[in-house]
Amino acid sequence: MTLAIEADGLTLRYGDTVAVDHLSLRLDGGKIYGLLGRNGSGKTSLLAAISAFRRATSGTVTVGGAVPFENAAITRQICFVRDRVDAQDQDRVRCVLQLARRLRPNWDQGYADRLIKRFDLQVNKRVGALSRGGKSALSVVLGLASRAPVTIFDEAYLGMDAPSRYAFYEELLDDYIANPRTVIVSTHLIEEVDKLFEEVMIIDRGRLVAHEETDTLRSRGVTVTGPSAAVDRFVAGHTLLGEQRLGGTKAATIYGELSDGDRAGARSAGLELGPMGLQELFVHLTKDREPAR
Amino acid sequence: MFDDRSPIYQQIADKIKEDILSGALGEDEQVMSTNQYASFYRINPATAAKGFHQLIEEGVLYKRRGIGMFVSPQARDKLLAERRDRFFEQVVDAVVSEARMLGIPLSDVVRRIEGGR
Repeated sequence: MTLAIEADGLTLRYGDTVAVDHLSLRLDGGKIYGLLGRNGSGKTSLLAAISAFRRATSGTVTVGGAVPFENAAITRQICFVRDRVDAQDQDRVRCVLQLARRLRPNWDQGYADRLIKRFDLQVNKRVGALSRGGKSALSVVLGLASRAPVTIFDEAYLGMDAPSRYAFYEELLDDYIANPRTVIVSTHLIEEVDKLFEEVMIIDRGRLVAHEETDTLRSRGVTVTGPSAAVDRFVAGHTLLGEQRLGGTKAATIYGELSDGDRAGARSAGLELGPMGLQELFVHLTKDREPAR
Repeated sequence: MFDDRSPIYQQIADKIKEDILSGALGEDEQVMSTNQYASFYRINPATAAKGFHQLIEEGVLYKRRGIGMFVSPQARDKLLAERRDRFFEQVVDAVVSEARMLGIPLSDVVRRIEGGR
C-alpha cells in the first residue's frame, strides 16, 4: 500500500520561532526521498508533523488523505526514528525491540535478528548504557524491521561510524527493493547517500527551496567559467547562486535548466560549462545570503 | 563508479553500451535486472530502471515478459555505426583544431597517422 503525503501551507511555530513556514509539498509515496537541510532548517519539525509527533500551528499535513495527529489508524503505518531512541534510559534494548514487535503490524523478527547481528547491537544492555553508535543502531533496526508503509529516518545515522553508515545504506536499499514502501531520509551527508534517493527535497529556513527527481536536480546546477564579460552576458537571465573572479576570468554558478541552444551558445562564446554535485548545489542553495534575483 | 558529469541513468545506459561494444555482453544475452543492478551499484532502482528504459527505447535492449531484458540482435552493429559517425566529429575534428592552434601543418599529422615520422 502506498500512502501519499501532502502538506499545504504547513506552519509550525514554537513561541517566536517559526520552524516550518507555509510549506506545501506532495509526495506520491513508494519512493526513497532525501530531505536535505542545514541544522535548524526545519527538517525534524516537518518530519515530526508528518509522523504526528507535532500538531501543525496552521496549514495541514495529511498522510493517505487523513490528518495523522491523534489518528491511530495512520500513526500505526508511520515509523519515525532518529539518532536517539524514544525510550527510557533504564529500559533494556530487548524490551524496546519486543514492544516494537507488538506494536508494528509488519514487524519482521527474522530480519530484526539479522540486523541486530550486523550492527552488533547489545540487546541485554539498558538503553542509557548504549554508546552513541549503539543508540543509532537500535534506531536503524527499529526503522528497518518495522517495515512501516511510511518509514522516516531523521539523521538516524548521526552516532554511527562510516562502516556502520554504509551498512545501513546497503540494508536500506536492499530491503526497499524487496519490500517497496515510502522512505524519507533526512541528512546532510549528501555525497554518501544521494544515489539512493529517487527524489530530493531541500528545505531552508522552514521553506521548501527545491523538490525534484535527483537526476533532474543534479543537472540544474551549472558552473560557467570564462572571460568575465562573456560570463556576465551568459548568466544574465539565469538564477545566479554565486561567482568568483580570478584576474579576467570569472566562474559563476547558476541554477536552472539550460537548453541545447544555451549550451551551444556557451561553447561558441568560449565558455566552459561544468557540472555541480548535489552537495555543492545544496551548499549554494542554502548558504547565508540575500535571496537570489 | 558514477560521477556528477551527467545524469546517473545516462551513465548506466552508457556503461551497458560499452559492454556491448567491447563484446562483454553478447547479442541475445540476458542483462542484469534493474533490481540486481541497483543493489550491485548501490543506486536507487528507479534510476537504474530509467537507464534500462532508455536502452529499450533505443532498441539496444529488448524485453521478454516475465523473463528479463536481453541485448538486441544487431545492437553492437548499430552502436558501432553510431560511434563511427561520431569518431570524425569528436576525435578527428578535435585533433585538427588542436593542430591548427599549435601551428602544426596538417600534412605532418597525416604523415604521422600513415606511419611515417
